[in-house]
Amino acid sequence: MRKFEQHQGIVAPLDRANVDTDMIIPKQFLKSIKRTGFGPNLFDELRYLDEGQPDQDCSQRPKNPDFVLNQARYEGASVLLARENFGCGSSREHAPWALDDFGIRVVIAPSFAEIFFNNCFKNGLLPIVLDETVVDQLFREVAASEGYQLAIDLEKRVVVTPAGDRFEFSVDDFRRHCLLNGLDDIGLTLQHADDIKTYEQRRAAVTPWLFPAAH
Amino acid sequence: MSGKTLYDKLWDAHLVRQQDDGSSLIYIDRQLLHEVTSPQAFEGLRLAGRKPWRLDANLATPDHNVPTTRTEREIGVEGIEDPISKIQVQTLDDNCDEFGITEFKMKDIRQGIVHVVGPEQGATLPGMTLVCGDSHTSTHGAFGALAHGIGTSEVEHVLATQCLVTKKMKNMLVRVDGQLAPGVTGKDVVLAVIGEIGTAGGTGYAVEFGGEAIRSLSMEGRMTICNMAIEAGARAGMVAVDQITIDYVKGRPFAPQGEQWEQAVAYWKTLHSDDDAEFERVVVVDGAAIKPQVTWGTSPEMVLPVDASVPDPAQEADPVRRQGIERALQYMGLSANQPITSIQLDRVFIGSCTNSRIEDLREAAAVVKGRKVAASLKQALVVPGSGLVKQQAEAEGLDKVFIEAGLEWREPGCSMCLAMNADKLGSGEHCASTSNRNFEGRQGFGGRTHLVSPGMAAAAAIAGHFVDVRELMAS
Ligand code: SF4
Repeated sequence: MRKFEQHQGIVAPLDRANVDTDMIIPKQFLKSIKRTGFGPNLFDELRYLDEGQPDQDCSQRPKNPDFVLNQARYEGASVLLARENFGCGSSREHAPWALDDFGIRVVIAPSFAEIFFNNCFKNGLLPIVLDETVVDQLFREVAASEGYQLAIDLEKRVVVTPAGDRFEFSVDDFRRHCLLNGLDDIGLTLQHADDIKTYEQRRAAVTPWLFPAAH
Repeated sequence: MSGKTLYDKLWDAHLVRQQDDGSSLIYIDRQLLHEVTSPQAFEGLRLAGRKPWRLDANLATPDHNVPTTRTEREIGVEGIEDPISKIQVQTLDDNCDEFGITEFKMKDIRQGIVHVVGPEQGATLPGMTLVCGDSHTSTHGAFGALAHGIGTSEVEHVLATQCLVTKKMKNMLVRVDGQLAPGVTGKDVVLAVIGEIGTAGGTGYAVEFGGEAIRSLSMEGRMTICNMAIEAGARAGMVAVDQITIDYVKGRPFAPQGEQWEQAVAYWKTLHSDDDAEFERVVVVDGAAIKPQVTWGTSPEMVLPVDASVPDPAQEADPVRRQGIERALQYMGLSANQPITSIQLDRVFIGSCTNSRIEDLREAAAVVKGRKVAASLKQALVVPGSGLVKQQAEAEGLDKVFIEAGLEWREPGCSMCLAMNADKLGSGEHCASTSNRNFEGRQGFGGRTHLVSPGMAAAAAIAGHFVDVRELMAS
């Protein structure tokens, strides 16, 4: 997994609550058996005026000029600013894959849906929860100045604005550790293979019907 | 010290290791797999040279992409017209064959929507931890199991280690008191609860549904409720084990038998919250007051009783919410204060992991029996949740009831719930749907979904617009 230590980038404001994963990457693109290539279809229904198809060349499609990621001032954005309950709905990991493929590294919102939140960490993407009033302030600042950027430091757990305001955020130690070091958590879990086997033996004695192959 | 909740008990029984950083390693008893969220997980295993930890804990079936017309289905995978869908279903078959995982393939009578198949086979059992790369895995919590959706990286993690790295959730009790009125179902209960607590109301919680109304429901009704726990933001929903649970499980192919059955039942009977258990949050709902529900907007929390009118954004003080209502009304093509019953429909969909089991089909069939679908409707689809549900329905003659009334009777799969196959809404079309998500574009680009119970969908099919199903039941 790619490491995440620090990041600075242009902020794109997506001013709506309850952005669901169907919206982030519509279902027709879930037919892919790969992890990459979803970027051109990120927010497909909001971004384009026509209905997108898998394996289509998106460069010729009519774009929705009102959509934030189509506006010149947000070109190259790598920090997405959003409202509450971001990433709700379907568990599709294609949502963080699409954000990542597009170039988003950080999503900031007052709250996230859990499965999406969790999926981000597995893909080197950092979801940051900030207080609603702070998020409001950031929305105002982004609107006020073109080329607005935020700096994020995961080691120090802080978001820094161009004016020097510092907003601390919290993140689980385990997730932070994995992200800072780009660790694959399957490898970490397999270091505890003995614990897993001990558990299985203990459990098979109590609930043998859950371990049919052991009998 | 206070007692344990059902969730506490399930958690404690599956804790492999408490890690120093606050995360935990939890053992997973069952993983269900389908074609959409598994290919990258199998690929990950292959790339890392890893093998599944335990084969017998996994069960797979294709559901999201499979066509539901008989002609396409009879041929099997080769018959899937959409080439990209075909590759995905074929990839699941290939992966299961390669790794040795049991799969109910497209032509197997046991194939169906994972969340219908698991319980039907007894592959979902009380006291289990169960995961699947699908958020509606919460369905299986109806059995007194800890069940929730995971992402594809976690699917790979469970395949490789039989464990999940996770953190304990908080406990919430949703208590539905009293008895439901006739014509009011599990679907109406869960929609009413979501309307009450909102789509993020359950975030961070494992939600136990209890109370007299839940105790009186069949397993299928309980599954419908737990299925939509995720639409309230809760990854896991659950219901305590009782005799109804045990009777449902008995004799199913994957269920324990003989001496082990007795042993299992004794254990399962402990799977309920202790009387003195403490919940961080308790929500009490008057079950007797719940009316048939209809969603009017683009989020499941945008829901009202059928006799209500669409909200007026001008009445909403909070600016983010007001904007949300305005946007939803615009997308849905509705005007403020319009009665729900005035919403005209283009299509009706009866199916999905929420409502495609035999009782759902019986409920819908009872409403349409001897009646005709409104001429204004373009299509009314009935898609059973599995091959076995379909077989049972046909044995009861329900297929004929539907066909005579003018509904289409299809092969099992997810179908128009998410429209990954050919079954979808056209832009601007309104659909009364028994599925679980009314997000923008969910059932097709520009499509307008209204979530309802099977009876309400059937009644809407007859009337061509929403109507209180109880009016049709009375006559
Ligand atoms: S029926 Fe719908 S919600 Fe259920 S698993 Fe299939 S696509 Fe998901």
